[in-house]
Amino acid sequence: MATVGIIDYGMGNLHSIAKALRYVASDEQIEVSFDPDALSRMDRLVLPGVGAIGHCMEELHRLELDDMIREQLGKKPLMGVCLGIEALMGHSEESGGVECLGAFPGDTVHFAAPDAQPDGVRRKIPHMGWNQVRQERHHPLWKDIAPASWFYFVHSYYVVPSDERHIAGTTDYGVRFASVILRPNVFAVQFHPEKSQSAGLQLLANFLEWDGSA
Amino acid sequence: MTLAKRIIPCLDIDKGRVVKGVKFLEIKDAGDPVEIARRYDQQGADELVFLDITASHEDRGTLMDVVERVAGEVFIPLTVGGGVRTLPDVRRLLSAGADKVSINTAAISDPNFVYEAAYRYGSQCIVVALDAKNVAKKHEPPRWEIFTHGGRKSTGIDAIEWAQKLVSLGAGEVLLTSMDKDGTKSGFDLKLTRAISDAVDVPVIASGGVGSLEDLHDGLEIGTADAVLAASIFHFGTYTIQQAKGFLAERGVVVRDPIYR
Repeated sequence: MATVGIIDYGMGNLHSIAKALRYVASDEQIEVSFDPDALSRMDRLVLPGVGAIGHCMEELHRLELDDMIREQLGKKPLMGVCLGIEALMGHSEESGGVECLGAFPGDTVHFAAPDAQPDGVRRKIPHMGWNQVRQERHHPLWKDIAPASWFYFVHSYYVVPSDERHIAGTTDYGVRFASVILRPNVFAVQFHPEKSQSAGLQLLANFLEWDGSA
Repeated sequence: MTLAKRIIPCLDIDKGRVVKGVKFLEIKDAGDPVEIARRYDQQGADELVFLDITASHEDRGTLMDVVERVAGEVFIPLTVGGGVRTLPDVRRLLSAGADKVSINTAAISDPNFVYEAAYRYGSQCIVVALDAKNVAKKHEPPRWEIFTHGGRKSTGIDAIEWAQKLVSLGAGEVLLTSMDKDGTKSGFDLKLTRAISDAVDVPVIASGGVGSLEDLHDGLEIGTADAVLAASIFHFGTYTIQQAKGFLAERGVVVRDPIYR
């Protein structure tokens, strides 16, 4: 039986993503774990999380999960969600500047303040609620998901991959940012698929079937 | 493409059952929160709010059970409020499957609780519920204070300052209820909604007073709320969420099209 390991480093609601994955799984076994050895034996990995990146990287390090992730990167399908996408970048300007896992070269930056938006329109921060994702390329992960589908977001920072070929989906919130990034065996989303109703569930189902090709 | 305005039905839960009556067609048991949550989800609700009005502490276990069951089959954000007083309360609700918890009275007795909860669990899951009432005398410009006990007891706290303070302590969203308007079906307090929305950087959910689809529109467009919360117009089947979204979309409000399947 195929196994999916949800990486538990104590930040964020892992129950939600576990519940959603179990809901769409056919026969995959979904496990939540903080044991690097157990996780490294899983067929697929999910890196979720909410909160601040500084604390996230500290906890991943303290639990020896950062080395495990670096070692597994590219070997098997891994999905980053919300804070997970930030953790997979090279660097983040959050928490006073933090080195991250480096799966995607590039940075994580803060949205402009509500009253300092490029077009002069006031926008609340965090970017919270449902927004559309433009599919920037054809890919099996987009199977059965309509173009410009709505997904649920909650974040104040967004990722800027230095290689544009890594961008698989974008979203507009004053600035058009990368909301989905992709390279062989690594896939990460800024939104919460586990809270994005049918489009989100379909994306999770597609992840479970993904062969890792980018 | 932009962020959609959110429509959020609110369910009052007592001892694990939805109260205040719900009259959907085709629902056999009008009080089952799981069935009602599922129905709202199918109609295209953007989030759900459960407000626990259970008086006794012993019945909290039932609420956890409800949250767990809803979270197992409804995959949109779920906020739970009512009686959230301690960090273990927050943790239990999040573990049961709530995505956000709403803190009300506990913030008044100890504002630092908001800071601690946001620090530990993240601002994104901490909603502060503000019950505000206009205390200005006739012919004076409106001025709102925070009330407790269903709007009967004044705290003397200025609503705008209070909203700013709780956001600075880490609240990620404000659930604003006008106690003057709650239950009247005469529309939101638009001046209050606008004043709070302008005063804070985080999203504001307007609540209290919705009687028509026009009211939802005004709360979002004139009150500049980011989301609107309503109970009775949806519960009693006066309108479905689809109708509300259709009405708003025709008037140029960006809403999530629920028909992507």
